[in-house]
Amino acid sequence: MAREASKGHKAVVTALAWGVALLIFFPILWTFLTSFKTEGEAINSHPSFLFFDWTLENYETVNQRSDYLAHFWNSVVISLGSTVLGLVIAVPAAWSMAFVPGKRTKDLLMWMLSTKMLPAVGVLVPIYLLARDAGLLDTKTGLVIVLTMVNLPIIVWMLYTYFREIPGEILEAARMDGATLSSEILYVLTPMAVPGIASTLLLNVILAWNESFWTLNLTAATAAPLTAFIASYSSPEGLFYAKLSAASTMAIAPIMILGWFSQKQLVRGLTFGAVK
Amino acid sequence: MATQASRTAGRLMLTPAVLLLFLWMIVPLGMTIYFSFLRFNLLMPGTEAFTGFENYTYFFTDPAFWPALTNTLTLVLGVLVITVVGGVALAVLLDQPMWGQGIVRILVIAPFFVMPSVSALVWKNMLMNPVNGLFAALARGLGLQPIDFFADAPLASIIAIVAWQWLPFATLILFTAMQSLDREQMEAAEMDGAGPIWRFVHLTVPHLMRAMTVVVLIQTIFLLSVFAEILVTTNGGPGTASTTLTFLVYMQSMLQFDVGLGSAGGIVAVILANIVAIFLMRMIGKNLEA
Repeated sequence: MAREASKGHKAVVTALAWGVALLIFFPILWTFLTSFKTEGEAINSHPSFLFFDWTLENYETVNQRSDYLAHFWNSVVISLGSTVLGLVIAVPAAWSMAFVPGKRTKDLLMWMLSTKMLPAVGVLVPIYLLARDAGLLDTKTGLVIVLTMVNLPIIVWMLYTYFREIPGEILEAARMDGATLSSEILYVLTPMAVPGIASTLLLNVILAWNESFWTLNLTAATAAPLTAFIASYSSPEGLFYAKLSAASTMAIAPIMILGWFSQKQLVRGLTFGAVK
Repeated sequence: MATQASRTAGRLMLTPAVLLLFLWMIVPLGMTIYFSFLRFNLLMPGTEAFTGFENYTYFFTDPAFWPALTNTLTLVLGVLVITVVGGVALAVLLDQPMWGQGIVRILVIAPFFVMPSVSALVWKNMLMNPVNGLFAALARGLGLQPIDFFADAPLASIIAIVAWQWLPFATLILFTAMQSLDREQMEAAEMDGAGPIWRFVHLTVPHLMRAMTVVVLIQTIFLLSVFAEILVTTNGGPGTASTTLTFLVYMQSMLQFDVGLGSAGGIVAVILANIVAIFLMRMIGKNLEA
């Protein structure tokens, strides 16, 4: 009896959960479907869900406009560049905070976090003027630098929480066994640190890919990543639903797939270890 | 344990990150404070002059200031209420045994990975457009008059879009927190005849309190900076109906080129965010000791 009841309960929960999940996912699904419609079908006043003439012409059109690929490439360079640069700066820092903590390590970590709390709009004008005077406005270099600094506190924090879990005794054991410092780093520490570094890389590529305040304010045309390029579709003359959907699908698909692999790291990274 | 040598090495490894972050914070912030006391318009170069608190007076007496402040608070509070209430409900739902839980979680988390300009455009055009949008088609199908969302309820529409983007975040955090709920305690309460509502109020909610606080604080930091969603959908209008502090400062400094006024507004935004930040830092600091 109890088994039957719990099965019924499970069926109700399943139906409810799937219903809510599909509702939440619907705008994305709708965008995906619309990207395969013709422009006429896309604005049909009796919209069709699945039964329309599927076409790939929107993807062809969007890709033929070479600027789409250029902006896609900008997104790749900016998000990967800023993350890798951030890791180069942050790995040694997080390493030393986790393994050679001093009296002020905690204060230092909290202070780093506090720089992240600074609202972007509070430093918009100076950053804009500095970038302009340095000739970095609307350049990939400029955005890589800005996004590196914006995400550096998160990168340091994430790495710190991962490194802190590597037991220090393992190093001593390796030393007892006669390992030299270089073999210690190469064979003992690196393999243990790689998963944490990879997770940090993943989350920060996602954050940088979607960053929309600085990318919109510091670029015009040449260095604009997808965030800024897609935003330019908001002008009335750019309004083609099917093509907008195709461009949007291509802009969000890669990062969504990465994101699905990083659910756990996301919680950890964005709550600075407060929720695990 | 650490030797003197390793301590020196540690300090050396730390220096670049600390120095860069220090410069990144102090230089622009110092400039913003300095600019906020200047008459400084990019369209009138060479007329810069010290004006004391004039920019602040202008900013606070700008007819757009009070709407911007109330809009900011409405946006932040509205999104927080929707995402926390919805997030708790979803976390409890997802925690139940079901078929295909992994896929459900993937579907629910998806909106968080959509870049703000895309979600704003999709909602604005394909869903909320009064002529070609899906909601309009649905309304017509039901024999109702389609709503012109961004003209009639601009702020509420933006709140809906932003809440859609952040609901997954709240759900994911709260769902993660649910995993550490004491199941035995739950079962014991059930044995003792406690109903599901009693268990939710007295066991689940207290357990989730800490995660809820973290969600509120972190979202507030991000929500105070909501920008692309407004730029793409309403541009702050009609009038000032959907102008937030962030957007007001953007308009003053980037569109009217009034660097002095924009900087004063920026400092106001910084102070506002700091009030939130203090609470968040305390929470995370406590966790660091544990």
